[in-house]
Amino acid sequence: VKLTRAAWLFVLMGVVASASVLAALSFGSVPTRLPNVFAAIFFSSPDTAAEIVRELRGPRALAAFACGGLLALAGTLLQVLLRNALADPYVLGVSGGASLGALLALAAGASALSMNACALAGALAAIVIVFGLTYRSGDWNVYRLLLTGVVLSAGFSALISLTLVLAPDAQVKGMLFWLMGDLSQTESGASAGVVLCGLLVLGIATAAQLDLLALGELKARSLGVPVGLLQLMTFAAAAVATVAAVVTAGAIGFIGLIAPHAIRLAGVVHHRALLPLAVLLGASLLTIADTIARTIWSPQQLPVGIFTALIGVPAMLLLLGRQR
Amino acid sequence: MLSCESVTLSVAGRVLCRDFSVRFGPAEVWAILGRNGTGKTTLIHALGGLSKPEAGRIALGECAVETLHARERARAIGVVMQMEEGAFWGTVEEYVLLGRFPHASPWSGYTARDVTRARTALEAVSLAALARRRFATLSGGERQRARIAQVLAQSPRIFLLDEPLQHLDVAHQAQVLALLALRARTNGETVVMVMHEPFWIGHSCTHAVVFAGDGTAAAGRADEILTRERLEHAYGCGLKQVLHGQGRSFVPDI
Repeated sequence: VKLTRAAWLFVLMGVVASASVLAALSFGSVPTRLPNVFAAIFFSSPDTAAEIVRELRGPRALAAFACGGLLALAGTLLQVLLRNALADPYVLGVSGGASLGALLALAAGASALSMNACALAGALAAIVIVFGLTYRSGDWNVYRLLLTGVVLSAGFSALISLTLVLAPDAQVKGMLFWLMGDLSQTESGASAGVVLCGLLVLGIATAAQLDLLALGELKARSLGVPVGLLQLMTFAAAAVATVAAVVTAGAIGFIGLIAPHAIRLAGVVHHRALLPLAVLLGASLLTIADTIARTIWSPQQLPVGIFTALIGVPAMLLLLGRQR
Repeated sequence: MLSCESVTLSVAGRVLCRDFSVRFGPAEVWAILGRNGTGKTTLIHALGGLSKPEAGRIALGECAVETLHARERARAIGVVMQMEEGAFWGTVEEYVLLGRFPHASPWSGYTARDVTRARTALEAVSLAALARRRFATLSGGERQRARIAQVLAQSPRIFLLDEPLQHLDVAHQAQVLALLALRARTNGETVVMVMHEPFWIGHSCTHAVVFAGDGTAAAGRADEILTRERLEHAYGCGLKQVLHGQGRSFVPDI
């Protein structure tokens, strides 16, 4: 029963993921019919519509897909590591650090490239602080990790508000976009895609150990899991995934929290299936949300974070309501 | 053969037991007895390689437990914890199957043989009918039996059980004790269990460790170690010895 349910969900998520990518490639200010989308991808036809698909929509769809997957992956890993259902990719303070870095760069009128560099620096600083305060000679305290992340995020959030208040008016809108998540400035999602593939393989390779870690550290150790190493790797993988997503697309909320829960509510609890399914769900969700965000008010583009929540909240409430 | 050599146990800087030595041999069933907070759980954790003793050495055969590879150790030593802090979202059978982790290949996962082992273990604790139920929906006693089934599926040579009888009704207490005693007798496995039920002591245990509560512990054959005087001193309350067909038991004399 367990296997067939997971297999069924894989088929479903495969269809949803493909549909979301095709929708992202077809919809836009120049609507493209499906045959032309395929022609643009596979036969590199030379007309303008094909170029839009290849040069504009393709990279952006890849970026959305990869970032959604990364956030779902990070959320799943942190929920196991912290044994806390409310954990999401941002409990480590990564989004706060990255946002502060990006906003300071924006306020200073920096280029997109140096803004990304500042976001990266802020995210890494947050991780180094959280890690340094919670990891002592091979020993973790997951509660301390969680609390340190939450406290640090609160501090960053105050500094972000301060930056917003003091920033020149012309910059504030760009800052708000960044804070709500925005894929319109993304050049390419290729690097995020590579990071996602690597981390997903690592996650599946340690899936059986993650199942045991969810039972508790001592229990996992008694069953032969190298707990310290596993926790360190899980922390690192979640941090890298979050940083890659945040630097590519800003602080997109909600996906990392709900994608793993939605899959668990559908009855898949083993990480070997849970991780890839959550990744597919998060990726599809962000791809669909980004397609809506750039078409619904066209030519005006809206921050994608609004739509991840607008789609995700009712879907999640529906799932929770069906749960006994 | 699991042995303690001059082990000192401590928790948060407080010494519980000093210079303690004992050998747990094959086919022996050990009861670990003593008042709350005297070091029983700390001893189980140290024996299982889950925490390091303050001083001394714990050895499996000739190897110190902390030098063993984690999976190798888990194939030899199975631990049932007193408490499990985490949650499990899957079914009872999936929970028991996790006991096969040290035997499963990291790449191909659990095999049909592992599933068979898990089912056999569930039958041994009369939980086969609940195999497909979600673990979280079980009662306290049913969960405890699932934990015991998990360590049976793990099939170690040495069982370390921290209060294996907790939450069990009296019939299932008897069932679990008989099951463990049988495995020790027929497979030559070692059973070490923390117990709080003095009326079961004489039934199934061949050996005992009694923590006196003053930093010392007595260890040896049950008929030598389990005297009314020693247990009354250890528990700090009056006990009555009851003789019956299978041996001796102790009941509170209050």
